Amino acid sequence: MSHQDHHHDIEPIREEIEQAARGRSGREFWRSLEELADTDRFREFLHREFPALNAPETDPSLLDPTGRRNFMKLMSASLALAGLTACTRQPKEKVIPYVKVPEGLVPGKSSFYATAMTLGGVAQGLLVESNEGRPTKIEGNPDHPTRGGTDVFAQASVLSLYDPDRSQSVTYLGDVRTWGDFLNGFRSALDGQRTKQGNGLRILSETVTSPTFAEQMRKVMAQFPQAKWHTYEPASRDGARAGAVLAFGETANAVYRFENASVVLSLDADFLTNGPGATRYARDFMSRRRLTDGATEMNRLYMVESTMTTTGAKADHRLPLRAVEVDSFARTVAAGLGINAGAPGALSAEAKKMADVVARDLKASAGKAVVIAGEHQSPAVHAIANAINSSLGAIGNTVIYTAPIEANPVDQAGSITELVRDMNAERVDLLIILGGNPVYNAPIVKDERTGKDLSFLDAMKKVGVRVHLGLYNDETAEHCQWHVAESHYLEGWSDALAYDGTASIVQPLIQPLYGGKNGHDILAVMGNEPGIPAYEIIRNYWKTRLGADFETSWKQALHDGFIPNSALTAKPVTLKADFAASLPAVPNVAQEIVFRIDPTVHDGRFANNSWLQELPKPINKVTWDNFAIISSKTASSIGLSPKEEPNHTQAKMLKLVHEGRELTLPAWIQPGHPDDSVTVYLGYGRSRAGSVGTKLGFNTYTLRTAETAFVAHSGVKFEIGSGSYELASTQEHFAIDTSGIKSDFMIAGEDLTARHILRSASLEEYSHDTHVLHHGAHKPGKELTVFPHWKYDGYSWGMAIDLNACVGCNACVVACQSENNIAVVGKELVAKGRIMHWLRIDTYFKGGVVNPEVYFQPMMCQQCENAPCEVVCPVNATVHDAEGLNVQVYNRCVGTRYCSNNCPYKVRRFNYLLYGDWETPSLKNVRNPEVTIRSRGVMEKCTFCTQRIQAAKIEAEKQNRPVRDGEIQTACQTACPTEAIIFGNLNDPASRVAKLKNEPRNYDVLADLNTRPRASYLGPIRNSNSELGGAKGHGDSHGGQQAGGANHG
Amino acid sequence: MADKIENNGYVDPRPPVIGPGYTFETLTSKIADVVLMRRFQKGWIFGFGIAFLLALVLFNTIAYLVLKGVGIWGNSVPVGWAFDIINFVWWIGIGHAGTLISAILLLLRQSWRNSINRFAEAMTLFAVACAGLFPALHTGRPWVDYWLFPYPNTMGMWPNFRSPLMWDVFAVSTYATVSAIFWFIGLIPDFGTMRDTAKQPWQRAIFGILSMGWRGDAKHWHRYESAYLLLAGLSTPLVLSVHSIVSFDFSVGIIPGWHATIFPPYFVAGAVYAGFAMVLTIGIPVRKFYNLEDFITIRHIRNMCKVMLATGLIVGYGYLMELFFAWYSGNTYEQFMMKNRMFGPYGYMYWLLILCNILVPQLLWVKKYRDNLLVVFVVSMFINVGMWLERFVIIVMSLHRDFLPSSWRMYSPSLFDFSMFFGTIGLFLTLMFLFLRFVPIIPMFEMKVMLPQAKVEEGDEAAQKEKGTLGGAVPQFGD
Repeated sequence: MSHQDHHHDIEPIREEIEQAARGRSGREFWRSLEELADTDRFREFLHREFPALNAPETDPSLLDPTGRRNFMKLMSASLALAGLTACTRQPKEKVIPYVKVPEGLVPGKSSFYATAMTLGGVAQGLLVESNEGRPTKIEGNPDHPTRGGTDVFAQASVLSLYDPDRSQSVTYLGDVRTWGDFLNGFRSALDGQRTKQGNGLRILSETVTSPTFAEQMRKVMAQFPQAKWHTYEPASRDGARAGAVLAFGETANAVYRFENASVVLSLDADFLTNGPGATRYARDFMSRRRLTDGATEMNRLYMVESTMTTTGAKADHRLPLRAVEVDSFARTVAAGLGINAGAPGALSAEAKKMADVVARDLKASAGKAVVIAGEHQSPAVHAIANAINSSLGAIGNTVIYTAPIEANPVDQAGSITELVRDMNAERVDLLIILGGNPVYNAPIVKDERTGKDLSFLDAMKKVGVRVHLGLYNDETAEHCQWHVAESHYLEGWSDALAYDGTASIVQPLIQPLYGGKNGHDILAVMGNEPGIPAYEIIRNYWKTRLGADFETSWKQALHDGFIPNSALTAKPVTLKADFAASLPAVPNVAQEIVFRIDPTVHDGRFANNSWLQELPKPINKVTWDNFAIISSKTASSIGLSPKEEPNHTQAKMLKLVHEGRELTLPAWIQPGHPDDSVTVYLGYGRSRAGSVGTKLGFNTYTLRTAETAFVAHSGVKFEIGSGSYELASTQEHFAIDTSGIKSDFMIAGEDLTARHILRSASLEEYSHDTHVLHHGAHKPGKELTVFPHWKYDGYSWGMAIDLNACVGCNACVVACQSENNIAVVGKELVAKGRIMHWLRIDTYFKGGVVNPEVYFQPMMCQQCENAPCEVVCPVNATVHDAEGLNVQVYNRCVGTRYCSNNCPYKVRRFNYLLYGDWETPSLKNVRNPEVTIRSRGVMEKCTFCTQRIQAAKIEAEKQNRPVRDGEIQTACQTACPTEAIIFGNLNDPASRVAKLKNEPRNYDVLADLNTRPRASYLGPIRNSNSELGGAKGHGDSHGGQQAGGANHG
Repeated sequence: MADKIENNGYVDPRPPVIGPGYTFETLTSKIADVVLMRRFQKGWIFGFGIAFLLALVLFNTIAYLVLKGVGIWGNSVPVGWAFDIINFVWWIGIGHAGTLISAILLLLRQSWRNSINRFAEAMTLFAVACAGLFPALHTGRPWVDYWLFPYPNTMGMWPNFRSPLMWDVFAVSTYATVSAIFWFIGLIPDFGTMRDTAKQPWQRAIFGILSMGWRGDAKHWHRYESAYLLLAGLSTPLVLSVHSIVSFDFSVGIIPGWHATIFPPYFVAGAVYAGFAMVLTIGIPVRKFYNLEDFITIRHIRNMCKVMLATGLIVGYGYLMELFFAWYSGNTYEQFMMKNRMFGPYGYMYWLLILCNILVPQLLWVKKYRDNLLVVFVVSMFINVGMWLERFVIIVMSLHRDFLPSSWRMYSPSLFDFSMFFGTIGLFLTLMFLFLRFVPIIPMFEMKVMLPQAKVEEGDEAAQKEKGTLGGAVPQFGD
């Protein structure tokens, strides 16, 4: 731009501003230059001058990185940017706070808004805490059908909102453009299609349940009748969809009612932590395992699974089976129930026996039993599960079938295959990708004629115009001409259906940080109604559907986060008489590769979320990587020796071959994994994830075909690879019953059960003697001291954790990280033992490596009354408060680490280096303002969320009343889907926690050390079936280790 | 303090503690000339150069450490203390020989100690200096270390008097102070001698200041003797207390492998053991290079070997007792700890420790080996290593697998752990080289006491007094 032009540009603006000032005469004030200069022309000028600031309302502090040059530019534009922008980022539209209605906004006080997050298109009801307009913490929405708890992805999503690597503008061939530029380009491309009725137009979205989106799509399709809407995401539910068609002849969405189920058979379904409605399912399932108030009845879970999952760990009987064998198992069970489901393949004697027992047990509990099949299992398994449910009278009791919740219930593998083939055949001129990252995560599609592999990318390159809407400038964005920055769900309006079809409103809490748009905006443009904000689109959709008093019910819906009573109703389904005939035969398989959605980064979409990357994956506790999970027997059969030193981090490499495609990745030998099967997690090996997630792990999509998307079993080979690879695991793996040191040197202490860390029993033993858990355990009496005990008048905080209910889902760990501003340290330092999590899920194995029992134990500061850490701190930086909490004074801490050494629970975390990110501007917004950011050189640990305790106490004092039970909920407690964690006042005998502490299952970990922890655990009970080897729980160790003077309980 | 042996007609079969044929003058020149006359020797320059390079490594490590934080080391959770505290305890232990030699042996009238005490005291001082670096720098925020001292402050905060680390502060700082004073007081008469023997005016000036007006007056001697004896009396309990308190750092903790009542005596014995080993490690080469065979005689070596043998056996008894306690207690944690020590992933460290500290030193039972300098040197090196391993076994191995198996984790040191450790060895040697070059390493006046000329005979007393007692540094009033 020449100087002359420049002059021309700026003069009229100045004039306009001056005019505006002149126009206001006399007593008419203007409050700021912003008000005065708020003209369209000025905005546009700014826009052109500072293209990086794609919207003038973008706060410069949110842009990162800000180079010096940029900084100078910004400074010189301070009139526009610093002076003219306000700090509030509240959405323009009216949003309704959930509980506390702010009279204006009270600074320093947080408010909560109901919203919903979608994963796999399915809504999870959330309440989001907002501090001065910044969303900082995700909580579950207890009124929503997903019921209060959250999963790890929801908890961590708030970090993604502020991710500085998020896409921040519209780009064309990599260059920054405006939304207006995009509209021009996009419209002309669309106009080209209009004449062809959209013949060359394809829209690719991820799974969508949003009714508004579907409505908009209908309008678009009306204009482009020849266009096609494809749906694909890696975590598809194709098996369930096809299984319903096989069994019932129609698509149906199964909604399980675990609260009614006494016997559950899971056919490779990780229903407690994975898939739609998992948090609700976990809660319902665990409601039948509480064993409080003298109850001695609980449900029973049988699990056959190919990969050790948290659900498998909770099962009363678990059988590791290869994913392809699950089909045979299902058929055997069906046969046992008198259902013809075709001939099963070969099964081991153990599996056959279990199938028989399961069938008998299911039959005995008909009407109160349910079978659930895993999302990645074949349609046949789903069909058989449906058939069994149907014959057991489960339908209507423990499972209901509704219309599908997806707006476009297609076979996604088929859908993406069709798209790839169309693109490859140059039948597509305009491809619009609404969310998702298909270049990275689309499966390999076979060319129908040549049989050769077609990659999505190669096919897509043949499309004339490619438009990508996405949160990140990712692998797909790189290869699309147009990329539009997508708004995060906390930034943009939308709606979605929950697992049971309840319509939930996705209500934003903040204006798009980077001016992002969402699918509704793009569809509005395509439907020829641009300029209507997403808010209006959503509102308009519901206006016609919410009945007479729309304003009231709309407000209520925003307040609650969902439309009441909008769940889909059960639809009658009948099992096709000849369903067995349509089942494919069981494949005969030697070896298989199972592809699973990663438990922490999902399909790769959370790869740039450092909280999730550093979250130890359940069971194996590995962070920052993916790997191939293999059984110890299979490993040794191909020459991979199990590591001598457990997880001293160097993993051997394993080469996987699938029909000639090869991938070498580190092997992880997992107890309880079936032989001749390898499980790999999807979601790693990203090449354009962002500064956190790029080049972590291995891209397993390169082995994955559309035909066998979840279980590859033809042309599969495992070979030993060369080299080794460092995996950062947070827990070395030890069985709880053997110490791993082979020696008969000492008489006692042979096994770790003598420590009574995890006191478990079978239900049979427990109902016989409720104190069975404590046999042999020792707890020193309170009278064994000459010192008088401290009297805790007033409050006395304590926690009880029901290990029977804990599913090891990790939600509490991320919730704690989010609430307490816990730093991320990175893979190298995790490997060094420097992870900062205040709360961890300890995982213990019991029994041999073939099929061990697995137990979870959330472990955080136990707030010992006799705290070993307090005595040894030389500067009194960790002291006891009058309410029984062990408090840590960061300011006083010198950092000797003596407290950590002396902590028997090893829950203290030390800032060995400066871990906190003090620099990145956008990440400052994610912090909880109530919690100090710790600096280098100080010790930190769980405080039982002291900030929440203080807030509740202040509130109670203002109202001149004691804090009510349940008023204080720690972050881990609110996140827990199964209410396994209960916090409260021990001095109040009516409080939930005090009652739990009186339960016979209650015990203190390491009670014999006389630390008198305030956190205690309710021992896990397994409802074993005596026909299957019976009590495997505590029984074996009876009689040994009767410590003298044992004081039970 | 003189031997009265000959008077009884009894011939001491032991080798003398000082070679034959020395007079006051030759002895003075032999020792003082090292400082005053000899030029810098190539060997010294070479040795000092290497030591100083290592010391520079230390300074750089410290700078980086303060800049970045203790995370540059390999410490972790659960192993919160590793090389830092191992090295601290190791160095403090080494220091103990000096105090033992100078104080306890003085009180026990073991005159053979006279030729090695100064050099052992210097070793103490330098070892304590090295040791002190670790607790001071191992904290997360070393700039607020002073919070460990009980000083009145506006925050109204006091340290936690229940914490062994707090006791450590007192124990180590007292120890350092007393050792320094003791060493300096012991040097004053020799500084007087040096002042008087020095040829160069600047030497005279420096030694003049250091000698603090020492004239060798009878009154000076009297006061000197009482002060020295008093300080010896003060130091004696320190020998026992310092390492007892250092051992409290562990035994007050509840970690299996730390929480043991045997720790104080076992640590003290270990310290003396390590200290004598270090005295021999340094003394044997020094004796050779400076031709001091006549002052540090084979008898010294033998006696030190015997002390090592004795303390080594006490340490061995400690190891046995740890085993016994673990078994006898019936405590599952203790038993596992012992099992893990011996057969766990770091088991080789334990067996190396047994080799270095228990097996190899048994050679010293044999007189032939006690007289063989090479054997003694090698054995003392083994003990130096063994004592370091002992602290590794106690600190790291106890921490790496304590109560909850979920937190068990292997420890691996980083480059900076080694640079810090070898750096302190460099600092120690640097100071040692400077000491050798600039300070009389053998107390001349105490040696003179042991010369035959120093034997006071009746009737001779008046003459002796007139001559000016004992000192080669005959006071020259009015100079």
